[in-house]
Amino acid sequence: MTIAAARMVKNGTALFVGIGLPSAAANLARLTHAPDTILIYESGTIGTKPNVLPLSIGDGELAETSDTVVGIVEIFNYWLMGGKIGLGFLGAAQIDKFANINSTVIGPYGKPKVRLPGAGGAPAIAASCGEVLVTLRHSTKAFVEKLDFRTSGGHMEGGDSREKMRFPGKGPVAVITDLGVLTPDPITKELLLTSVHPGVTVEQVVAATGWPLKVASEVKTTPLPTAAELQVLRDLNERTAKAHGGQA
Amino acid sequence: MAKILPLSEAIAEFVRDGDTIALEGFTHLIPYAAGHEIIRQKRRNLTLVRMTPDVLYDQMIGAGCAIKLKFSWGGNPGVGSLHRLRDAVEKGWPQPLAIEEHEHAGMAVAYAAGASHLPFGILRGYAGTDLTPHTTVQFIDCPFTGEKLAAVQAIRPNVTVIHAQKADRKGNVLLWGIVGAQKEAVMAADRAIVTVEEIVDKLDAPPNAVILPTWILSAVAEVKHGAFPSYTHGYYPRNNAFYKQWDVISKDRDTFLAWIDKHIMNTKDFAEFRRSVGVA
Repeated sequence: MTIAAARMVKNGTALFVGIGLPSAAANLARLTHAPDTILIYESGTIGTKPNVLPLSIGDGELAETSDTVVGIVEIFNYWLMGGKIGLGFLGAAQIDKFANINSTVIGPYGKPKVRLPGAGGAPAIAASCGEVLVTLRHSTKAFVEKLDFRTSGGHMEGGDSREKMRFPGKGPVAVITDLGVLTPDPITKELLLTSVHPGVTVEQVVAATGWPLKVASEVKTTPLPTAAELQVLRDLNERTAKAHGGQA
Repeated sequence: MAKILPLSEAIAEFVRDGDTIALEGFTHLIPYAAGHEIIRQKRRNLTLVRMTPDVLYDQMIGAGCAIKLKFSWGGNPGVGSLHRLRDAVEKGWPQPLAIEEHEHAGMAVAYAAGASHLPFGILRGYAGTDLTPHTTVQFIDCPFTGEKLAAVQAIRPNVTVIHAQKADRKGNVLLWGIVGAQKEAVMAADRAIVTVEEIVDKLDAPPNAVILPTWILSAVAEVKHGAFPSYTHGYYPRNNAFYKQWDVISKDRDTFLAWIDKHIMNTKDFAEFRRSVGVA
């Protein structure tokens, strides 16, 4: 999943990264096929090249290995909403068929079953980056007919409804999960299953989706991870575990 | 001119019951020592403002200091939920907590508006989200193009508290690294308290370093390791183990109360607190 997500990153892209899975995939891309990718975290670190994955969005590692660090007002106003960022990379707790995402609350807002941290930079990332990738694990709990809370706008109600919102960016172009890859239909904007990972069947993905998932006429199989990709990811995870576990 | 004071005196003089208060910091430089002193001095009915409330606000909320929280991302970074925050919002313990929930971009422009003495900040934001009913956002038409934009009420804290690397003996403050919204939060506030790792004869700062001049600050207090378990760039790293332990300490009301009692209420200052949790 991390490898499939990393492959979506084109070399040289200015990439606004969320913490967790997106951060792992973005760094893997930088350490493999996309060495000139410019990683930007919302803590204001621009062009950061962390040796280990950050535990939080403001780890010192991100500042120490960055080209520059700017304040929060500047990173959001001039860089993100100012239209300088080509790609946004987000995680989510829930996603719907038009790739709108929830990272606020599971259950009712006033009486939540799970209270998540909330929006953070996600709505601005979803609205303002040229394109957006979303990565999350596939299950009927996560891929839902109706979100409990819409934190960030994807393709809204489908069709041209996002265009009417006049968001600066194009919105989600792919959703990468542990089972496959979904991409929005060019007209309806509804997510279509376009690729399954090796060993995964189309039926499995449909069964793990909480709405009747549409399947592309030709579903590809994601190419197997290469030995080099696996090695780089393993090394990165090992360095990370050592760094965070070792700090008393 | 800022007064150079012991932290306890700075809090006693400049933080009042019922204040709207921002203890800012974006993972880095979180003013833990000052937050603990506010708990120790039993300030009540505070409206807490911060983009990224984490363990410090969890402690202050659980200790009964707050009646309202204004925020845009609330969690224990890399660990999980804030149990005291949840308990206050969902069950009203130890007292009900109102929340006003934003997105980061909105809080950022609201601080900038506060620092600029404007009534609101504007951005292309909040549209297409379910956040609007939970905030003070209104949508306005651009007078030039007619575009619909979000207006977010300016944040004007009664008092802002931050931590920084160092100050000189006049109270000019230097900070660097991830600086978040601290400058805006200080400049938006009526009063500002800064804790620093050290007070030195000369700051030796290059031009453009983030310096907050003494004449816009109320008080500067020297507190070594004052951001622990957060970090101070150039001084000490983040204590990730403490953030993980907090998940266990804060889950249960009694365990939490016993912890606050032992480590904050029954210690006289931050140095003694640090000794009591075994890190100094």
